[in-house]
Amino acid sequence: MDFLQIGLVLALVIILAIPLAKYLVNVYSLESTKQDRMFGGLERGIYKLSGIHTGDMNWKQYAKALLLSNIVMFFISYLILRFQGVLPGNPSNIGNMDPLLAFNTAASFLTNTNLQHYSGESGLSYLSQMVVIMFLMFTTPATGLSLCMAFFRGLTGQRSMGNFYVDLIRSITRVLLPLSILIGLVLVSQGVPQTLDPTAVATTLEGAKQNIARGPVAALESIKHLGTNGGGFFGVNSAHPFENPNGFTNILEILSMFLIPVALPLTFGYMAKNKKLGWILFSAMGLMFLVFLSVTYFSELNGNPSLEKMGISQENGSMEGKEVRFGIAQSALFTAVTTAATTGTVNNMHDTLTPLGGLVPLAEMMLNCVFGGDGVGTVNIIMYAIMAVFIAGLMVGRTPEFLGKKIEGREMKLIALTILLHPLIILVPSAIALATQMGTSAISNPGFHGITQVVYEFTSSAANNGSGFEGLGDNTPFWNISTGLVMLFGRYFSMIALIAVAGSLLTKKRVPETIGTFKTDNSTFLVILLATVLVIGALTFFPVIALGPVAEWLTIR
Amino acid sequence: MSTKRKGTLNKEIIGQAIIDACKKLDPRIMARNPVMFVVEIGFIITLLLSIFPTLFGGTSDRGYNMAVSVILLVTILFANFAEALAEGRGKAQADSLKKTKQDTKAKLFQKDGSIKIVDATELRKGDIVLVETNDLIPTDGDVIEGVAAVDESAITGESAPVIKESGGDFCSVTGGTKVISDFIKIIVTSDPGESFLDRMINLVEGAKRQKTPNEIALSTLLVSLTLIFLLVCTTLVPIASYIKVTLPIATLVALLVCLIPTTIGGLLSAIGIAGMDRVTQFNVIAMSGKAVEAAGDINTIILDKTGTITHGNRMASAFLPVKGVSEAELNKVAVHSSLHDETPEGRSVIELAKKFGLSDGELDKTGTEGIEFTADTRMSGTDFSDGRIIRKGAADSVREYIQQQGGKVPGDLESITNKVATAGGTPLVVAEGNRVLGVIYLKDTVKAGMRERFDELRKMGIKTVMCTGDNPLTAATIAKEAGVDDYIAEAKPEDKISVIKQEQAQGKLVAMTGDGTNDAPALAQADVGLAMNTGTIAAKEAANMVDLDSDPTKIIEVVAIGKQLLMTRGALTTFSIANDVAKYFAIIPAMFMLAIPEMKALNIMNLATPQSAILSALLFNAVIIPLLIPLAMKGVKYVPMSASRLLTKNLFIYGLGGVIVPFIGIKLIDILLVMLHVA
Repeated sequence: MDFLQIGLVLALVIILAIPLAKYLVNVYSLESTKQDRMFGGLERGIYKLSGIHTGDMNWKQYAKALLLSNIVMFFISYLILRFQGVLPGNPSNIGNMDPLLAFNTAASFLTNTNLQHYSGESGLSYLSQMVVIMFLMFTTPATGLSLCMAFFRGLTGQRSMGNFYVDLIRSITRVLLPLSILIGLVLVSQGVPQTLDPTAVATTLEGAKQNIARGPVAALESIKHLGTNGGGFFGVNSAHPFENPNGFTNILEILSMFLIPVALPLTFGYMAKNKKLGWILFSAMGLMFLVFLSVTYFSELNGNPSLEKMGISQENGSMEGKEVRFGIAQSALFTAVTTAATTGTVNNMHDTLTPLGGLVPLAEMMLNCVFGGDGVGTVNIIMYAIMAVFIAGLMVGRTPEFLGKKIEGREMKLIALTILLHPLIILVPSAIALATQMGTSAISNPGFHGITQVVYEFTSSAANNGSGFEGLGDNTPFWNISTGLVMLFGRYFSMIALIAVAGSLLTKKRVPETIGTFKTDNSTFLVILLATVLVIGALTFFPVIALGPVAEWLTIR
Repeated sequence: MSTKRKGTLNKEIIGQAIIDACKKLDPRIMARNPVMFVVEIGFIITLLLSIFPTLFGGTSDRGYNMAVSVILLVTILFANFAEALAEGRGKAQADSLKKTKQDTKAKLFQKDGSIKIVDATELRKGDIVLVETNDLIPTDGDVIEGVAAVDESAITGESAPVIKESGGDFCSVTGGTKVISDFIKIIVTSDPGESFLDRMINLVEGAKRQKTPNEIALSTLLVSLTLIFLLVCTTLVPIASYIKVTLPIATLVALLVCLIPTTIGGLLSAIGIAGMDRVTQFNVIAMSGKAVEAAGDINTIILDKTGTITHGNRMASAFLPVKGVSEAELNKVAVHSSLHDETPEGRSVIELAKKFGLSDGELDKTGTEGIEFTADTRMSGTDFSDGRIIRKGAADSVREYIQQQGGKVPGDLESITNKVATAGGTPLVVAEGNRVLGVIYLKDTVKAGMRERFDELRKMGIKTVMCTGDNPLTAATIAKEAGVDDYIAEAKPEDKISVIKQEQAQGKLVAMTGDGTNDAPALAQADVGLAMNTGTIAAKEAANMVDLDSDPTKIIEVVAIGKQLLMTRGALTTFSIANDVAKYFAIIPAMFMLAIPEMKALNIMNLATPQSAILSALLFNAVIIPLLIPLAMKGVKYVPMSASRLLTKNLFIYGLGGVIVPFIGIKLIDILLVMLHVA
């Protein structure tokens, strides 16, 4: 039954991803397409209104436009959060957010991370929820998708890198908005609230007064998943019955967060005029995903030995921190998907996962290329692919080429920096946190588990995932500043570096493919790619994993 | 034919390499190789710890620190030794070249026409010198007067003298070669220190060796891997301290050194130097490592037909009798005409006749006299004592000869000779007395084995283009016979450059060979230009490689060497990185086993003690370097095949091998350490 459930959901993802992948090719086409007839009018209106020039950009212009628009969004968001108490749209009378928490929150939503150091129902006004949170929930995946497309264009040798503003707007008008409206309506039909009325007050059977938080949940819920955002309306996120009422919505939410990341490698294949390459990238990520999913599923199913020793039955698996309405299979699947797609939404408490079950979300975020967030995940796996080509490609006796473009010193330098940055922004702050009082004081569960809590927090920030291991008292200046910075570095450094790689490759002459060329669209390359990700990506984190979840697992076994 | 410039590994070179390996410990030199520099810092730290075990606070095991530091020192020395060895082979070759650059004197013409003896080093561009029999040519120059035989064996290893004369493609002479007959006047074409010999010495010595683009890119990757693992190891200290685990510094250093790519880091420059060296051993001088690397990437090779694909000298391929003459008779007379003809053409006539069933009796030379070919008669032949006079030669001269003898030229002779000429062959008319018997069809033939070579190139994805001045019909025939992919007929020198540009516009890399001055622009345009040493200075300057044996087919081997160089680099990088898996499984459990006994479960190799595990991993890491030196020097074995098959094969050996070998190696070393009671 469990397998059927999981299999069905994954099959649905693939079936839906294929047409979506083709649709995306047209969305971002540099030529005019049939879609223009439907969306063109609206988009031209937006261009006119905001004075956007739709001409081609080179990579520097593209990167500049991306950064500038994101900086503007950051400041607007920050100011609204700071002054939400006095701004309109605040029926529940929620106070201003303090500066460091506002910095962390703005950085978190701007970077598509959605790490929440506040609790949504008590920390944000409706205006903040809609203008800051929901606004960024649209623009940040749109930014990710735009970057991804510019990267694809550079690698596949298209006319130019495209235009950032056009890509950003099309992402919203042609992809995110239509899909989120559709999903939002389905969610409403399942009982997810969508209202601007203030918190409801009910009298319980015992006569006590209960505040029931509500608000425009359905609208946020749909884009939260679709945009691989993950920031919940409520503190407990998709475990809350108003966010995720039943098994059907659970599947819908899994589908909506996985759909775009799964479609993107296939889109790349279509754009590169090499469908097989798209499927190879898909398979590499898919295989890693299946392994991770199995580990977490079986680990949770086998239960928690510590609880068993206390005499608590583990026959139905480790249900601590899980919702009964989802059970092991739907929880494990949700966990594996949310950290693969770096959404960060949760329908169960990751802190209470069994050690190996908890290792999975951590590891997926450390690799940051198991499908990944909208846009950025595929870009990351392609970066690993370029690296794999560089290392193994020499073995065919030619200097390395990817899609007919030579990989040389400049590209390697940028990629090397990107690869270096990820462990840097995870391990260094983790080390500081674990060595100092300001870090360790937040840990609720010392020992090996404490290491996992801290490393998880920074990994989630660096990978722009946003799920928390929770259990960490993280609304302190240290955590707000450190995770805020990690999120910003994790997002923008690699974006700029990789768009520079694409820009550099775009200007290179394409070397024609011969029988002597290193092929990137066969199963041999799949093996090489997986080995590269595992050796370069995974071995970096092996020691810390050994001290965290692995040590915990070995000691409670 | 030529003596190969063998860079044999003698005791002297090895001894020198050991000394150099120690000299290279100088941190200023080590800093050039960041990966090994990190190892050296690790060595210094552990060395300090073996002297002052409490230097960084806490206690540490002096003996263990010392063991780690010794292994690290050995690791560095091994890597330095590999580089020194590769350099040493180059130096040995340079030394043999330097010997030819003795204190040469030059006979310099003064303005008044008198001759003054000066040192060769005083010569400047434009000076005119006289070189007589047994004089060494003082420096590079062009012959402006005279003809002389020059012994170029000092440069080429080729003992047969070469004729040098003014004008044309044989006017350039190289400093250090020797005039063995007659005299020549030379105009000097290079200033001191810039002559071909100087540059060659520089090149093989590796003094001016610059990192190639791919080497730079690879170094970037290796440095970033080093930084990543540096990060991993340093952050491990505070993270582990959170759960009250203190890690000995020597162990951390050991972990770091094991994880950073020391194997490839230590061998990288040796691979590069050895690659250049292999080219040199092949008697080809590459002007830069970049050129050798580019050779591996070549997509298209442009080859001259004559001398490269074909022998250039023509061979008899058919006997075509005129009307009224039987083929058998023509065969016999043709053989008789060639009895004393020792030219390749003459011998080929006999060979061909043998195929048609020539009886040995016909080869009896008794009572015959050979008539040599002269520029005057343009015929050769045989006079028999019974009065028969047999001649063969060019069509018009034989025709003239027959008419002089009062004979009649058969009507169909012209149509036969025309037919042969249009097919690209040379007709040789055979006559006995005043009677024309027929025509020997001389054809330029493809060198043996060329077809297979081109097949191999095709397997590597390399396209071959033949360049010839022949008409399209002949070109097509030869192209088909040789199995080249494409040809350019009636090619003028400027056609070559336009073909190169066309191919390059499609993103392809092009290699070509050439020797004449008119080849120079094309040689410069090509990504790999191989000039013949017999060629002009202009050609040699434009090219980025010079073949000392002047064998144009060598371009194919150069491509293979380029590929081999890149493959070796890739294979050892893959091997080095794949090794990390096993090293992790040796060291991580060892690091934490004392504090967390359950970590034993990760000790899948079942190594004896934490210390023996760490020392075994470190020892393996050190020992693998010298074990791989021969591979780095010789290069990965290269058999032409498609990229996919090549990759699968190398991936299996170096990728999978790289994962498995260290598991076995570390376990064996651990067993050995236990047996020796070292740990």
